[in-house]
Amino acid sequence: MNEIVNILLFMVSCILTNNFIFSRFLGCCPFLGVSSKVGTSVSMGLAVTFVMTIASFFCYMIYNWLLVPLGLTFMSTIAFILVIAALVQFVEMFLKKSSPTLYSALGIYLPLITTNCAVLGVATLNVNNAYNMLYAVLNGTFSALGFLLAIVLMAGVRERLESSKIPACMKGFPITLVAAGLMAVAFMGFSGLV
Amino acid sequence: MSEKKNLGKVLFNGIIPENPTFRLVLGTCPTLAVTTSALNGLGMGAAATFVLVCSNVVVSLLRNFIPDKVRIPAFIVIICTFVTMIQLLMQAFVPALYEALGIFIPLIVVNCIILARAEAFASKNAPLSSAADGLGMGIGFTLSLTIMGAIRELIGGGTVFGMNVLGASYEPMLLIVLASGGFLTYGLLLGLFNLIVKKIEAKKAGKEAGAA
Repeated sequence: MNEIVNILLFMVSCILTNNFIFSRFLGCCPFLGVSSKVGTSVSMGLAVTFVMTIASFFCYMIYNWLLVPLGLTFMSTIAFILVIAALVQFVEMFLKKSSPTLYSALGIYLPLITTNCAVLGVATLNVNNAYNMLYAVLNGTFSALGFLLAIVLMAGVRERLESSKIPACMKGFPITLVAAGLMAVAFMGFSGLV
Repeated sequence: MSEKKNLGKVLFNGIIPENPTFRLVLGTCPTLAVTTSALNGLGMGAAATFVLVCSNVVVSLLRNFIPDKVRIPAFIVIICTFVTMIQLLMQAFVPALYEALGIFIPLIVVNCIILARAEAFASKNAPLSSAADGLGMGIGFTLSLTIMGAIRELIGGGTVFGMNVLGASYEPMLLIVLASGGFLTYGLLLGLFNLIVKKIEAKKAGKEAGAA
């Protein structure tokens, strides 16, 4: 019973209190780059969720079952980035064959995920925090859901920003960053929750 | 002579005209995350500069051997090698900084600036000018991070590089060193930088019009 409560709390903390964008600053590039429309931001968020879940699982296995026994833990960054790049490529091929609708919905965002620091970040965090496999995979999934939440909220804000009067020098990235800062203040309100 | 001038131009290019942080808006994650103090910003910038220069040189040396189709994975492995090197070096010699920067050191691998320079510059140019490009971009990145770190440290703690500047009676504005302050400071600085660049360009245009 206690374990279940712990797991539930862990999930909530991944989404809200330790939100990848607003408290850990991971995945800011796609967050700023692909958040101009709600539709595309949902696709991006889903693609990231998918890859982060699988990547947490595979990186856990590679690290604990291959690198630790061989004493090669200093190679973890190289191993993880190769796993992630291969995984993204594989997922892309698999989706192309099995679900062309999803594939075309994700479009260009799928290959871009390789250089999304949230994916490598979650793999490294799992190792640093010494999570077991269940927690590692949950961390991947729910942190990615937190990313999805952040990017969709941001897209909603940006759609409104487009029609408002902004000083010329603040247009585009600057105003987006200020808006993100204000959202981060709101997310800080969750900090006492878990 | 013109060769030297050219190198200088390439070097300068990364510092102001194509400043990675304020003009290209690349590598935002470390920019936001590690700039809670000027020293952290400087350390992160120095690490990224080391990786940028080394990876640019190696990519440039290998540019005629790497097949076009597998160039991105090849670049990533080259970058990753240098990141692992700097990670081990920092762990051994500056453990305090290593602790403070945390997971953002391994994450230099996926810093878009480095891959972007390998792809856009080093894979097409000679080793020497690639090194200059890497150094220029690195200095631009380091300068921006240090400035941002100094501003956040000053407002959020009243100190710069750990030295007390504003006196003991200053009430630190904690918000600025917290997560949200990173976004706010970056956004406002970016706006300011845009304004300055626009002013300079307008002046230049005015001068040219006057000359004509």
